[in-house]
Amino acid sequence: MGPPTKGNEAMKKYDVIVIGAGHNGLTNAAFLAKAGLDVLMVEKNDYIGGASVSRNLHKDWMYSNCSYVCSLFRPEIYRYLNLGKHGLQVVTYNGGFSLTDCGDYLGSYSDHDVMRREIQRHSPIDVDAYDRYYTEMAKWCRFIRPLLLRTPPDPTSFKIRDLDELRFLAKKFGELGHKDLHDFMRFFTISVGDFVDQFFTSDLIKAHKAGSAVVGTNLGPYSPGTAYVLLHHYMGDVDGATGAWGFARGGMGAVAKALAGAFQEHGGEIRTGSGVEQITVKNGKVTGVRLENGEEIKADRVVSNLDAKRTFLGIMDPKDAGEKVVKAAKKFKIRGSSGKLNIALNGIPELSALPKDSKLIQGDFHVVDNMEAYERSYDEWKSGTWSKNPYLDVLIPSLTDPTMAPPGKHFMSVFVQYCPEKVNGQDWTPELVKQFGDTVINTIAKYSPNFKSLIEHVEVRTPGKIEEEIGLTGGNIFQGELSLSQLMFNRPFPGYSQYRGPVNGMYMCGSSTHPGGGVMAAPGANAAREILIDMKISTTVPEDEGDD
Amino acid sequence: MTTEIDRDHWRSAVKFSPFYNKLKDHDMVNMWHRWAGYTVPTVLENTTFEYFAIRNTASLFDLTPMSKYRIWGPEALDYMNRLLPRDMTKLRVGRVAYTAWCDDEGMVIDDGTVFRVAEDEYLLCAQERQMEILKRNAIGFDIEFEEISDEIAALSFQGPVSCKILKNMGFKDIETMKMFDLRYFDFPGGEVMISRSGYTGDLGYELWMKNEQAEPMWDAIFDAGKDYNIRPIGGNALEIARIEAGLIAANVDFSPANETVRPGHAKSPFELGLDWIVKLDKGVVFNGRRALLKEKQQGSRFRFVRLDVEGNKTACNAYLFDKENGKNIGYVSSAVWAPSAKKNIALGFVDMPHGKVGDIIWAEIYYKKELKWNRRWAKCTVMDGPAWNPPRKTKTPPDDF
Repeated sequence: MGPPTKGNEAMKKYDVIVIGAGHNGLTNAAFLAKAGLDVLMVEKNDYIGGASVSRNLHKDWMYSNCSYVCSLFRPEIYRYLNLGKHGLQVVTYNGGFSLTDCGDYLGSYSDHDVMRREIQRHSPIDVDAYDRYYTEMAKWCRFIRPLLLRTPPDPTSFKIRDLDELRFLAKKFGELGHKDLHDFMRFFTISVGDFVDQFFTSDLIKAHKAGSAVVGTNLGPYSPGTAYVLLHHYMGDVDGATGAWGFARGGMGAVAKALAGAFQEHGGEIRTGSGVEQITVKNGKVTGVRLENGEEIKADRVVSNLDAKRTFLGIMDPKDAGEKVVKAAKKFKIRGSSGKLNIALNGIPELSALPKDSKLIQGDFHVVDNMEAYERSYDEWKSGTWSKNPYLDVLIPSLTDPTMAPPGKHFMSVFVQYCPEKVNGQDWTPELVKQFGDTVINTIAKYSPNFKSLIEHVEVRTPGKIEEEIGLTGGNIFQGELSLSQLMFNRPFPGYSQYRGPVNGMYMCGSSTHPGGGVMAAPGANAAREILIDMKISTTVPEDEGDD
Repeated sequence: MTTEIDRDHWRSAVKFSPFYNKLKDHDMVNMWHRWAGYTVPTVLENTTFEYFAIRNTASLFDLTPMSKYRIWGPEALDYMNRLLPRDMTKLRVGRVAYTAWCDDEGMVIDDGTVFRVAEDEYLLCAQERQMEILKRNAIGFDIEFEEISDEIAALSFQGPVSCKILKNMGFKDIETMKMFDLRYFDFPGGEVMISRSGYTGDLGYELWMKNEQAEPMWDAIFDAGKDYNIRPIGGNALEIARIEAGLIAANVDFSPANETVRPGHAKSPFELGLDWIVKLDKGVVFNGRRALLKEKQQGSRFRFVRLDVEGNKTACNAYLFDKENGKNIGYVSSAVWAPSAKKNIALGFVDMPHGKVGDIIWAEIYYKKELKWNRRWAKCTVMDGPAWNPPRKTKTPPDDF
C-alpha cells in the first residue's frame, strides 16, 4: 500500500513535527506555535492526552484512566498558555488518610492545629517533629523548584551558557549553610525510610508520610534515593499551597484538552490515529517522519515526546541514532512497577474506621500502616509478582468533581504499587489480570464492608496494558526511573540532557528528560525553549517565577 | 414594616442573621467579622475549599446584611429614573439591573442591584445604607419606600451545579431563567423570589425570602444538594471570586461619595469603569447628570484598570508607575492570586490618559517572607475584561454541572 496522496498537502513542509500528544508534547507544540512556527502534532491513538486522559468506558462515568491528580503542573505554563481560558480548572481537594490494621485511621487535615492534634492522638512525641519535617521539606522544595523550568547544565561543557548555569547552581549551593549542605547531600542519596526515621517514632506516621516515595518507583522504602521521590511528589503546589494536590475538573483529559486548545489557538494542527514508524534522517539531519501508514511528512525539526527507549530503539534507525545513544537507551532504566484500577461505584463506600460525617474521604487514602509492610510488598515485586498487601493510593474524584459520575454515583481511582511487567517471567493472562484486580478489591474490602456491593464496572490496568495503550515502555509512569543516575544532567543519559538528540533537528521533550515524570509539563516547555534558541527566535517560554 | 428595636438591644453589639445557627453548624475555625451590623463568617473551614465550592460545585453565602429597600407607587419608575443613571424604562418587570448612583457632583454613592418586581414596584439592594438618599430624592414623587434589610433573609447560591440543585428542589423551569431574570416560586411559608444574579462572575442565583423561611430553605438546599459537595462560605472566599470576576466593592475600591471627607477621593461612574450604566441622553434628568455630562466633555481624572500582574506576588496596596522606577500614576485597590484564571491580578486606578487596554504599567510590590520585607517591580498588562468570565455564567439553560 503506497502512501496516501493528498494533493499539495503531501508536499507541505512543517517547521516542526511533535510526536506524541501527551501533556509534554502538547506543551512543547503550543509554545512553538505561540512563537509563530508551523507545527504539526502526530499521535498514534485516536484521542489525545497520552497519560493525561479522561475516557468514558462505562455509562455516564468519566475515568482519569492513567494520571489522576494534579500538583506538579507548572503554574507558569498554565498562565502563559492561558489554560484557564481553554477550560482547565484545577480544584484543590480536601482530606486524605491512612487506615490501620487495628481499625483506626490517621487523617490529613488542612488545618494546622487539627493536624497537630491528630498526630498527638497517635504519638504525642511526634507532634513537633511534624512541623520540623515540613520545614525541611519546604527547604528542599525551595531549592529544587527553580531548576524545574531550566535546562540542566552539562558539567563537562565549557559553553558560556553551561558555565553560567553551573555558576547559578554553585551560587544556590553556596547560599546553603554547612549544615544544610550536608543535610541536602544526604537527602538526595538516602532512602525515604531513613529520612522519615530522622523525624518520627510512630511507624504509622512514617508509613503515612513515606508512601508517595515508592509511587511509580522500582525501589523499596529502604532503597537509597527514594527520599528524592518523596520530594518529587511534594514539590508541586496548587495556587501556591506547597504539597497540595488537586483534580483537573473533568478528569486529567482536561489538561490535554486545554493544552490542545492553546496549541490550536496559535494555528497548530493535530493528527490523531497517526503513529510514527520512523524519524527520517538524511545527511545527519532530520527530514521529517514516516507514519505507520507509509505517509511521509516533511519538517525541519522533529520532537519526540516518547520515552528514551521508544525514541531511540523504536522510531529511529540505529544507524542514525549511533552506537553510543543506542547503548545508553538500552541501559535506560524504565521498568514498570505500578498498576491501576478504575472503578465505577454505585455509592460512597463506607469506611468503618472513619468517624461519621468525616470529610477525609474526599482525599487520597492508603492502607499500609507500617514501613516493613512496604518493604515486604516490594520484595514480592522483586520476586516477580504483584504485592499481596499493596500500597494503594485511592481517590474518589467524584466526591469533589461533579462532572466525573452521575449524582450519587462515584468514580474511584486506585493506584497500585507494586505490580510487575511480567508475572514470574510470564506474560499477563486475563486470569492473572483478574487475580491482580481481586487482590486490590479484597484489600479495600477489608476496610469497607459495602465496597464490593457498590462496584458497577472495573478497569484493571497492568504495566503491560499501560505500555500498550500509552506507549510508556514497561508501563513506567515516569518515562524512566527517578534515580539519581537518571536525574538532572544525567536524564535521560549524560551528554543528552539538553533536549537535543543525536542528529541535527531532532529533539526530545518527554518525561524521560529533565525534570522527569508527573503531569508537570516542564520537559515540554524546556525543550521548546531550546528549539527556539537554536532557531534564534526570541523565547516565549517562561522560567520559574520564584518564591523569594 | 421596619422591625422595632428592643430597649435592651445594646446587650449585643452585633445582630444575628436568620442563617446564623445554620452557619454555626459548619463553623470550624471561629473567624467572624462585622458587616452592616451583623456578625458574619470570614472563614468557616478553609478559604481555599470554600472558594472552589463557588467555581466547582455550589456555595452558599449569607446575603442578609445587604441593605434592602422596597420602593412603590404610581411614580416609582420616574423616581428610579431620577435616582439612577441607567435608563430605567428599559428594565422590564421580572428583570434585575446592576447600577450605581451618584450625588449631584456625579460622584458614586454606592452600587447595587435593582429588581423590578411589578409595574410600579422595585426592590433596591445596596452595600451601604441608603435611607437618607432615598428620602432626599423622594421629594415631589408620588411614591413610598421602606427599608426591609432586616425583614428579608437572602442567600447567594453560586456555582456550576447551583441550577441543577434548584431544579432538584422543584423550582420549575428555573433553568429557563436568563442572567438577570427574577421570578417568584412557591415555597412553604409563601412565595420566594429568585434572581439569576451574583457577585462571583459564575453561574449563580440569589434567593430572597422571609426570615422564618431561612432555615427551611437552607435545609432544603442541603437536602437537594447532598450529592454535590455544596459548602457554606465566608467572606474571604467570596472576595477572591469577586476580584477574579473583576467586580468592584464599595469601601474597598471606592469610597462612597456621601461618606467621603477628603476632596478628590470620591469617584465618578466613568472613573469606576461603569461608563455603560450612564445614559446621559435617556431623556430625563438624573442625579449627577450635569456633572457627568461635563466630565464626558472634559475628560475624567482616573481610569479603572484590571491588571494581569507579572510574577506571583500579589500587588496588595501597591503603587502603580508608568515605568520601572518611573512616575507614580496610580494605585491598586484590590489584588489577589486568581485560582481559576491562574493569574496574579489586581484592580486599581491610574491617572488619565494611562491604562488603556493592552498598556503596560508597573507595580512596586512589597511582600514579606519569614518576617523580612522584600520589594519587587512587576510588569502589569491592562486586561480587556475580567480575568474569569466563563461561558456558563450566562449560558441558558445552564449545563447540569
